[in-house]
Amino acid sequence: MHLPISDKIELNILHQNSHQAEKNKVKFNNYNLLCLNIMSSPGAGKTRLLEITLEDLSTEFQSAVLEGDMTTNLDAARLEKLNIPVVPITTGRACHLDANMVSGGFKLLEKKINPCILDILLVENVGNLVCPAEFEIGEHFKVALLSITEGEDKPLKYPIMFREADLILITKVDLLPHLNFDINELKSNISSTNPKADVIEISSITKSGFDLWQKWISEKILKFKK
Amino acid sequence: MTKCLIISMEEWAEKKNKEKIIVEKINLKIGEFTCVEPISLINTFNAAVLGSWLDSSEITVETIPFEGKCSKCNRSYYPKQENGYKSPCCNFNLEEIISGRELKIASIDFKEK
Repeated sequence: MHLPISDKIELNILHQNSHQAEKNKVKFNNYNLLCLNIMSSPGAGKTRLLEITLEDLSTEFQSAVLEGDMTTNLDAARLEKLNIPVVPITTGRACHLDANMVSGGFKLLEKKINPCILDILLVENVGNLVCPAEFEIGEHFKVALLSITEGEDKPLKYPIMFREADLILITKVDLLPHLNFDINELKSNISSTNPKADVIEISSITKSGFDLWQKWISEKILKFKK
Repeated sequence: MTKCLIISMEEWAEKKNKEKIIVEKINLKIGEFTCVEPISLINTFNAAVLGSWLDSSEITVETIPFEGKCSKCNRSYYPKQENGYKSPCCNFNLEEIISGRELKIASIDFKEK
């Protein structure tokens, strides 16, 4: 038996995922396709947001969705009704999408349509405020949803998610008159965690804020395509 | 995360001739501002590698403190959740993170058979 050897490698544990995410991004870039990673806790309103958004975007842009879900295709089935290309990715026991899953999902999408016709790829991540924040998938922007029923403290309790987000959508704001909820405290907690994030208040019931969200997306697509 | 760690170890071992080495320690650096709880990572790793070539390996974790820099006065500080991660010197929001986001295999201690 030889003496122990110490191999100092200083290797990122997530390097394999990061490498695949970079390959995904190169692929999206080659298709001139903007990719958004949509994340939130379960029930914050991701799928409803996409239903409205996809309909609104359809007059101007071509969209597709990769729909992450742990055990069902229920959300994918909802979005397929809008006649846009949707690929469900069932993660099984995994509580987040990783870059390999997205690569596999995108290959299936390529079999359905030619991605050259697309402007935007929306990836709905698995409902979870922890793991999705650490796993890049090749996205250009991260969008985190936070519904007001979750409480003002969530940006402090799940800081990585809200720190990593480029845009934070405060959802279900139509419920504000019915709840003892301090939206200014929430915004202050968001600013503490991520002062650089854009923040939009939104309601899928009244559609308030959707104009700002659509504007945000349109600007990102047009800037990306320049 | 455990899967990513094992994949990283497999990749490393491919260059070493896995059959001829025994990994004794995998020395990790885990930042405080990550989604990884070291004890959970250790427990799941130990369970996942049972009976494999990594069965006898041990994980050590060096915790890297969460440190930010005040964008007003440039002083470094340790952001605290109860203070909203603000700098204690100027009460400024956390803009720059100096450390705490590390998820690294720092080194691997192994023996040749």
